[in-house]
Amino acid sequence: MKSADTVTKKRRRITRYTLLKWAGYACAGLAIAALAGILLFVLIRGLPHLSFHFLFGKYSSANPSVSTALVGTLMLVFLALIIGGPIGIMAAVFLTEYAKKGKFVNIIRLAVETLAAIPSIVYGLFGMLVFGVLFGWGHSFMGAGLTLSIMILPVIIRSTEESLLAVPQSYREGAMALGAGRVRTIFRVVLPNAAGGIVSGLILAVGRIISESAALILTLGLVVRNMPTGFMSPGTSLALNVYFFGLVSPEAAAATSVVLVILVVGLNLLAMGLGRLLSKNKGSKKKRPARTIPMLKSGVEK
Amino acid sequence: MSEQPLINVANVNLFYSDFQALKDINLSIAENEITAFIGPSGCGKTTLLKCFNRMTDLVEGCKVNGTITIDGQDVFDKSVDVNLLRKDVGMVFQKPNPFPMSIYDNIAFGPRTHGIRKRKDLDPIVTQSLQRAGIWNEVKNNLFKSALSVSGGQQQRICIARALAVEPKILLMDEPTSALDPISTGVIEELCQELKEQFTIVIVTHNMQQAARISDKTAFFLLGEMLEFGETQKVFSKPENEKCERYITGKFG
Ligand SMILES: Nc1ncnc2c1ncn2[C@@H]1O[C@H](COP(=O)(O)OP(=O)(O)O)[C@@H](O)[C@H]1O
Ligand SMILES: [Mg+2]
Repeated sequence: MKSADTVTKKRRRITRYTLLKWAGYACAGLAIAALAGILLFVLIRGLPHLSFHFLFGKYSSANPSVSTALVGTLMLVFLALIIGGPIGIMAAVFLTEYAKKGKFVNIIRLAVETLAAIPSIVYGLFGMLVFGVLFGWGHSFMGAGLTLSIMILPVIIRSTEESLLAVPQSYREGAMALGAGRVRTIFRVVLPNAAGGIVSGLILAVGRIISESAALILTLGLVVRNMPTGFMSPGTSLALNVYFFGLVSPEAAAATSVVLVILVVGLNLLAMGLGRLLSKNKGSKKKRPARTIPMLKSGVEK
Repeated sequence: MSEQPLINVANVNLFYSDFQALKDINLSIAENEITAFIGPSGCGKTTLLKCFNRMTDLVEGCKVNGTITIDGQDVFDKSVDVNLLRKDVGMVFQKPNPFPMSIYDNIAFGPRTHGIRKRKDLDPIVTQSLQRAGIWNEVKNNLFKSALSVSGGQQQRICIARALAVEPKILLMDEPTSALDPISTGVIEELCQELKEQFTIVIVTHNMQQAARISDKTAFFLLGEMLEFGETQKVFSKPENEKCERYITGKFG
């Protein structure tokens, strides 16, 4: 009786497991199909339209190009990183190295999380009202860059915090036991050891900047034809151009998307590669016993 | 031996928040002596050691009362520059913790911290520190290789050299050999004997033979109290405290 019962139970468990497994495969397949579909669609529609002129040539209505958007995107990346990078890194240093655990830190953490959850068009509205109207800059790279620098703070703070926390406490103790103060310990020992993680966080932030469109509509204007004349001039970016071309020329929009997607995917791979490189270094640094390899090695040695 | 002790601990109580980790500790340590702290895990050996260079400052909610004087100066006094205190009172940790930089930069870290920047001033310090730590011959050709690329025993001696490079008066060693093999342990024990000529050493150890071999004085701790303190020979031959005797003879701990 008993054994028959356990057998049916086991059988039921196996069928349930198989079902679950196939459902899992199906969902994973769907996700991959969606990704492949988007990439293929964009490539098929966009690639034929890509040309040297389209990328770097002078913009005209008859012969549109994204040269103004390329320059604009670079300017935005530059501005947002140079402003948001140091602020974000310093905030993370403060949170992990200085602040005592407690209410204050929790409030800051909550604020950072909330910052990450705000819809980007709301950032755009804020940027427009503060930098455009209040400061009287109108549409400008400066206003847009500042808006983006606030938007990327959560990404930078979180990734920096994570990599700072991954630096062994024993390094800090070692430095301080030699008479190094907090600042020296942070700049000479902690930050250099967290650099890889911080840089991959910055790269992810660049991806965010490049992909952003909603916040820029309200802060940067949509000046597609003219090269920017400086940081106070209005302009466009690649993502904004997709929106603009989408209204008038889907082929051009698809071609711009190709550039955009390649950039973002490339950046993600770069960040991932850096992360892996970093963890690899760490493994060899700490001489943590790897799970399987030592057995193999000792076998070979003998 | 009539001069005043180098380290004097008087009525020290230490609390981690509500937990009392040290209870009314009194002891004094003379110059150029090796003092061993022994006792079961969690009895407060590391905690007392960390009071001497105020590494306890780094622990949130840690409160100390009583006085610890080094060279007559109260280390908990507000006027004390804790960075200079730590320059005078070096520390070697239980787990070797060289920085992930070259051996040279590891040794030069301390001197650089205290304002020695020029290569021509640093070179002799690095050489001498590595020699004192008995590891110069093993690493002299690899000074610019990562300090993490050498063995655990060598890493620990690099850490000792790193601590010596700032010319401390006192060297605190928290179970410096507990993570090492017997050969490296032997090397470091011999090293302690040599270093004793120039430094005052306080060493925490779990290894009774080690304490007996290398130390001049031994202090036995249990649950935050110091139950026995005296000449090592005497502590190991006829301890006054009955619990200490049982610990030393391996009956508990
Ligand atoms: N940072 C800390 N916070 C709270 N309790 C601690 C801390 N460090 C040590 N303790 C406690 O203090 C006691 C003494 O610890 P420790 O000095 O490390 O002992 P030992 O070095 O003799 O093994 C232990 O009970 C330990 O749990
Ligand atoms: Mg300990």
